[in-house]
Amino acid sequence: MDGITNQKLNPFKPSLVNRLLWVVIIAYIFYSISSLGLTVERILLGFGESERLLSRMFPPNFSRVSLLVSGVAESLQIAIISSFFGIIISLFIGLLAARNMMPLIITAPIRAFIALCRSFHPVIIAIIFVKAVGFGALAGILTLIVASIGFIAKLFAEAIEEISFNPVEAIKATGASFFSVIIYAVMPQVFTRFIGFASYQLDSNLRNSTMVGIVGAGGLGGTLFSAFQRFDYDFVAAILLTIIAIILVGEMLSNIVRRIF
Amino acid sequence: MTTSSIDLEWKRFTLKERLSRFSVYLIIVMSLLWSWQSVEVIYEFLYDAPEQLVDMFERMTPLDYASYPTTIHDALIETLHIATLGTLITLIFAVPLALLNAPNITPNKALNWIAQFFLVSTRSINSLVWALLFIALFGPGVIAGIMAIAIRSIGFVGKLLSEALAEVNMGTIEALKATGAPWGSILVKGYWPQVMPAFYSIVLFRWDINVRESAVLGLVGAGGIGVVLNDAQNLFQWPKVAMVLVSIFAVVIVAEIVAIQIRKRLI
Repeated sequence: MDGITNQKLNPFKPSLVNRLLWVVIIAYIFYSISSLGLTVERILLGFGESERLLSRMFPPNFSRVSLLVSGVAESLQIAIISSFFGIIISLFIGLLAARNMMPLIITAPIRAFIALCRSFHPVIIAIIFVKAVGFGALAGILTLIVASIGFIAKLFAEAIEEISFNPVEAIKATGASFFSVIIYAVMPQVFTRFIGFASYQLDSNLRNSTMVGIVGAGGLGGTLFSAFQRFDYDFVAAILLTIIAIILVGEMLSNIVRRIF
Repeated sequence: MTTSSIDLEWKRFTLKERLSRFSVYLIIVMSLLWSWQSVEVIYEFLYDAPEQLVDMFERMTPLDYASYPTTIHDALIETLHIATLGTLITLIFAVPLALLNAPNITPNKALNWIAQFFLVSTRSINSLVWALLFIALFGPGVIAGIMAIAIRSIGFVGKLLSEALAEVNMGTIEALKATGAPWGSILVKGYWPQVMPAFYSIVLFRWDINVRESAVLGLVGAGGIGVVLNDAQNLFQWPKVAMVLVSIFAVVIVAEIVAIQIRKRLI
């Protein structure tokens, strides 16, 4: 009895690994802050400026409507065209990358290509395409096609790898050709998920089309960047509000499309 | 006779479904036609694009290995610092917002909506745009980059974390409540052990994304490897540009492998 009442048993023993993790994290924060040369004064100074910045941003200045509308139109065009081609190309590439449909000799290089498309940020791809095809919407379209392939083709290949093989065998047993098998046995099983990926990608292309303009690839980003460089912060606020509105509308539309299919 | 109401032919979808599908297809085709006709594209530029790309790769090779130890290495380390510190600072904002957004922890609709608003709005502005805004505050440099990464990641981390919190098994929570534990203890001993694996994997996943994102922040002047890339590009030093791109690629791949390995050990 004494042993039980005297001993204070803690059911939640402190874990040594967790404590060590905390020590490492705190040590890292101090090390990185000192090596980056950050100081508290600089951060406080920056936050002090926020009042000035906000007062210059509000009220947003919507007076240059024509500039805004042409930027929005170009962003939308980039997003729509690049989503269309990106999705069509991803359909084929995704099919080629599915390990249960194709032999390894085809899937391995296609998978490497998809990984390459995915590993660079869209802005870096945009830089390369701006060099290749010059400034303007075309560079933005090509960039977002590559970005779409990196994303949808991968997910689509994974979706195809998860299908049930019974319908495939049934269709094959009727003596159907390879394309008939794809159209009647594979596509019906993955079509709904594919619509989901596609509408997500349209959404994400819409976001990115407002950004690639920063490196000269057309769209609202270019307008935004030049407004920043001219310190027109009230126009910047107008552009940002427009971008947020477009993205909210896009999300709403893709929800409607997902409900229909 | 009621035979007229029986379908003579089997159809997969009802009329309403077919009409709504058809209208979606119609809208897609119409918007595509509108974009195709009104987009300003100079097709001549597309024809000589392969030529231009070959020309660029010729200028890029051989890689400028000599620039790695002098400038690129330090900038890469800076980029990793921006990504890591940004991810850590995100947690300061994202964890409280996730707690406010999870309906089983904060049973108040208004607070849930406010948290949801912050999570959505931080996510819908791109990190480059956040970087431009923070450059206006802090001036060009690392601080703007760290803040941009931190604010941009709030939405992602907060949303996934609140989803994980909403899915916990309430049995242990009720047991803790029955012992009269204060809410702090319930959070630490009830919720935390259940969401810990999800928490670590969300943070690692976001860190992996942030490494990619912080590599381009320098293009607008927010520190890291992007500054070196932008300078080299403006000076037409294509071998150096290629070297920077290869090193970014290497770092991104290594970061992904590290994240996957840590996730495997933890979970």
